[in-house]
Amino acid sequence: MTPIIFIPLLPLIGFLVVGIFWPFFKGKGHFIAVPLMIGSWVIATSEFFKSFTNPPNVTFVYDWIRSGHLDIGISLQYDHLAAIMLFMVTTVAMLVHLYTIGYMHGDSGYDRFFSYISLFSFSMIMLVLSNNLVEMFIFWEAVGLCSYLLIVHWYERRPSWLAANKAFIMNRVGDFGFLLGIFLTYSTFGSVSFAEIFPAISSHLHQTVNIASAFHGSMNIPVLDLIALLLFLGAVGKSAQIPLHPWLPDAMEGPTPISALIHAATMVTAGIFMIARMNPLYNAAPFAAHVVAWTGGITAIVAATIALTQPDIKKIIAYSTMSQLGYMVMVCGLGGYGAGIFHLLTHGAFKALLFLGAGSVIHSLSGEQDVFRMGGLRKYIGLTFVTMLIGSLALSGIPPFAGYYSKDLILVTAYQQGPLGQILWMIGVLTAVLTAFYSFRLMFLVFGGKERFHSDQAGHGGHGIHPHESPWTMTVPLVLLSIAAVVAGWAGEHYGVLEYLAQELPIPHQDPVAGGMSDSALKGLSVGVGVLGIFVAWAFYGRESSIPGSLAKGLSFFYKLSLYKWYFDELYDLVFVRSSFLIGRLFWQELDKGVIDETVNGVAAFFRNSGLGLRRYQTGQLQNYAMVMAIGVFGLVAFYLVFNRM
Amino acid sequence: MNFSPVNIMGTMPEIYLTVLGSILLLMEPFVPKEKRSWLGLFAIASLIFAMIATFGLNGKGLPLYQGLYIVDPFSNFFKMVIYTGTIITILFSLPYLEKEDIHVGEYYGFLIFAAVGMMIMVSAGDLITLFLGIELMSLCLYVLVGLKRSIHRSVEASFKYFLLGAFAAAIFLYGISLLYGASGTESISGLAAFVQNPGALKPMIIAGMILTMVGFAFKVSAAPFHMWTPDVYEGAPTVVTGFMASVGKVAAFGVFLRVFWVAFSANKDHWTWLIIMIAILSMLIGNIVALVQKNIKRMLAYSSIGHAGFAVIGLLNPSRESLFALMFYLFVYLFMTLGAFGIVLILRRKGVEGEEIQDFVGLNKKNPMAAFLMLIFMFSLAGIPPFGGFLAKFYIFMAAVHAGFTWLAVVGVLLSAVGAYYYIQIVMTMYMKEPEEVVEFMPNRMEKFALFLTAAMTVVMGIFPLPFVHYIETSLAILVP
Repeated sequence: MTPIIFIPLLPLIGFLVVGIFWPFFKGKGHFIAVPLMIGSWVIATSEFFKSFTNPPNVTFVYDWIRSGHLDIGISLQYDHLAAIMLFMVTTVAMLVHLYTIGYMHGDSGYDRFFSYISLFSFSMIMLVLSNNLVEMFIFWEAVGLCSYLLIVHWYERRPSWLAANKAFIMNRVGDFGFLLGIFLTYSTFGSVSFAEIFPAISSHLHQTVNIASAFHGSMNIPVLDLIALLLFLGAVGKSAQIPLHPWLPDAMEGPTPISALIHAATMVTAGIFMIARMNPLYNAAPFAAHVVAWTGGITAIVAATIALTQPDIKKIIAYSTMSQLGYMVMVCGLGGYGAGIFHLLTHGAFKALLFLGAGSVIHSLSGEQDVFRMGGLRKYIGLTFVTMLIGSLALSGIPPFAGYYSKDLILVTAYQQGPLGQILWMIGVLTAVLTAFYSFRLMFLVFGGKERFHSDQAGHGGHGIHPHESPWTMTVPLVLLSIAAVVAGWAGEHYGVLEYLAQELPIPHQDPVAGGMSDSALKGLSVGVGVLGIFVAWAFYGRESSIPGSLAKGLSFFYKLSLYKWYFDELYDLVFVRSSFLIGRLFWQELDKGVIDETVNGVAAFFRNSGLGLRRYQTGQLQNYAMVMAIGVFGLVAFYLVFNRM
Repeated sequence: MNFSPVNIMGTMPEIYLTVLGSILLLMEPFVPKEKRSWLGLFAIASLIFAMIATFGLNGKGLPLYQGLYIVDPFSNFFKMVIYTGTIITILFSLPYLEKEDIHVGEYYGFLIFAAVGMMIMVSAGDLITLFLGIELMSLCLYVLVGLKRSIHRSVEASFKYFLLGAFAAAIFLYGISLLYGASGTESISGLAAFVQNPGALKPMIIAGMILTMVGFAFKVSAAPFHMWTPDVYEGAPTVVTGFMASVGKVAAFGVFLRVFWVAFSANKDHWTWLIIMIAILSMLIGNIVALVQKNIKRMLAYSSIGHAGFAVIGLLNPSRESLFALMFYLFVYLFMTLGAFGIVLILRRKGVEGEEIQDFVGLNKKNPMAAFLMLIFMFSLAGIPPFGGFLAKFYIFMAAVHAGFTWLAVVGVLLSAVGAYYYIQIVMTMYMKEPEEVVEFMPNRMEKFALFLTAAMTVVMGIFPLPFVHYIETSLAILVP
């Protein structure tokens, strides 16, 4: 028995103990859940350091289904990709567990909350450790379930459950694709295990599948492309890529630790992890890879433009998350899986930091989330300010913070991948400017300038609100994460994260024709655009300025486009929700009531009546019973004789 | 007859149980009335003792007494199931008999002898041995069904069961005599050898085969030989009903399988359609008539007819897969049926057994534990994942598909959807209605243990079946002496 099994097991125990006995804890659930999570983190960390020398291994846990050729087991595949992911996941999960003690203190659902985040940690760890697609799908769904349960934590609030339902339903679309992808994988390869699929990919390169066969048409597309696209649909849902993204900003209705853990650092990155894990497939499916790259690029820039104008502090960070996820997806589509995973790791650190910092801000203002009602908080919550500043610098890609190394690596990788890569590189650079701008817009509005919370709060009868620094359980994670946000990028580059990951994720070869700028020029450029963005943010919001107002008037079309999030929600409402209601009403009144109800009730009535009829033969009279038996005997003989004549 | 040590050793479990059962009967007058439960514990101990003995014989394939008796992994599997089922039955019996005031010492003796009869059935290598086993089991059951001597219903059930059972036995015996007359042998292997000859299929063999099939169909309560089932199940004390519906049926299936797969596998084509007929009729009648039952014991009786129909599908194609499917089915069926009857017999309304479906109304409000356990059993019986009943049905239908009877599997699935209605109706009654009357559910320690065991097995067989799958796979070998 390897210690690896304890990494998922400890949070599972935490979930079971707190989840089953929650009425007995009465706000003391963290005494069980937090130490167990710390234990899991310790093991994950020590195993991570051992993984530099140890060979990858698979721990078999148990066989779940074995039927014919289908053999689905639960196994833990521990290799470099899983090791580094686990290190990040358990670190963030552990810190969020710690942070929760302070943030959720006094909440009526305190113990429930702990049991769910433990369940989430377990599921996420298992997802990372999966060694076959079905196992991955199970935990893929499990993290989705946890996300749903935690978004709806304050279930008496209408926006909470609306957001939870939105997240759940949108993910259903993606997961349906994922499931179809698994089916197609199984029917193509006869297996769902990674170890068996990957070597077999080369023998299916030219296999095609006719997707119009149901309509007697013929539309052959390569089967690998189709599998890759279907699986990617799952990633689109989970990692909030366009067009399945609107659930992510709404999911910010959940408590802030959840936004940090699930909707920034871990669960939403599952899609990128899946693509990286399945990289032999995407390498063999060029068309699908292009779709992946474009989806990522478009998501990155669209999300960044939306983040420019949002007033809600958490929504700004949420759109920033979406945009960064777009970066990762984009570079994965270009073959730079290692760069994608590297950014995933550093992003996990600094985005969790930003969210937890935002939580600390909200906490200090007793629930205020609108950045225009903040300001001047620097002198009240200095520690939060410093840590968030580090996070924002990391996000903007300023050296030596973590984001610089990984984002730069993404841009360089993209640039080196030929003409397509260079178009996407341009999108990436543009996004980087916007990223730096909106990050520092947030910083200036929240921490700089005049104190705008007094006047507003006074109107609500809250005289003399005093922003206060958060308890140590909340600030310690902030400090630790900000250390990570400083060193993670440097450490990654210094210790060769790409070479480390090369065990599973091949390093893309440079396109020979992609000349142009040198490495250092590219690096300089990306730092330059970051600084530019920060400067513009300062010009707009760092001092008294009328530029934002006049720009919003002058470019009101673009301003509204951004503020209303490109009208995705309105579009979906029109296209899907309303039409669904319309069709639903039509079906309900005409088809359902008329045809289906009649049929169903008819069938039910038929069976019921036959039951009533048949029951009449059960007279209770012995001679009748004997008679039926005799008829049965003769009936069987007669049936035999008739049948054998035929 | 050769009573060599090998023969004695091979039948040791049966000998133990017979002797211990007799001791139990002899002890009964000396045990004071309030100490009667000691007899039950003694019976459990005897069964465990025999279980150990059978375990010692595991993996051996022995024809004993010149082929009259067979000890092979197949029969040992069924014996293990019989022990387990009987032990669970006794665990349920102890408090139940007390409450119903029918706690007589003979009860345990008859239960043990019935178990011995079943063991002889599944080990029979010869039709006469088989008949003896069936009759031993049946005679004990006739008595057990009529245990509530003062209750009209119980006596009526016993009498009906006895007369119809005698009728079925006569038909069965007539079948055996025809087979003997045609082939000159009554051993199963002898018949198999005889049937293989071309031209052996005289009408006499066919008639004998059909009549024996009728006998088995009666014992597993498959339609159209099921008529006794609802009345007897309703009238009998509920523990006995549970015992008959689970253990009794499992044993009958074991012997049904051995006779048809060993003796008549050569002329499979001649009985395939008869089995299909029986399966469809049973699934139809069982599932449809159950829809309109108001008494839960009657409902479960019809459900057991339906389940007999599903299980019979497993008999269609003599292959390892079908054999596995059927054994798995019976194994799961044992636990979920015993558990369901267990809930029914513990539930009491004003001191009377709560056997009307009406008594389950709003059970969740009063006894969430009882409701939840019943939910497990009902869902499992309906074949809803992740419970054992789902996998059991899955394996049976897969076997049917692989045997080329896809349409039959479709019919089965459709009818099990019809069946799901009345199982889920119980769940709905328990969870979605407000309680009206006060219903008690107070299991004592033994009942709790038995309920826990059956529920746990029902769940485990659904989510972590592999240990049992391995065990069944090692028991697949049918010895052909």
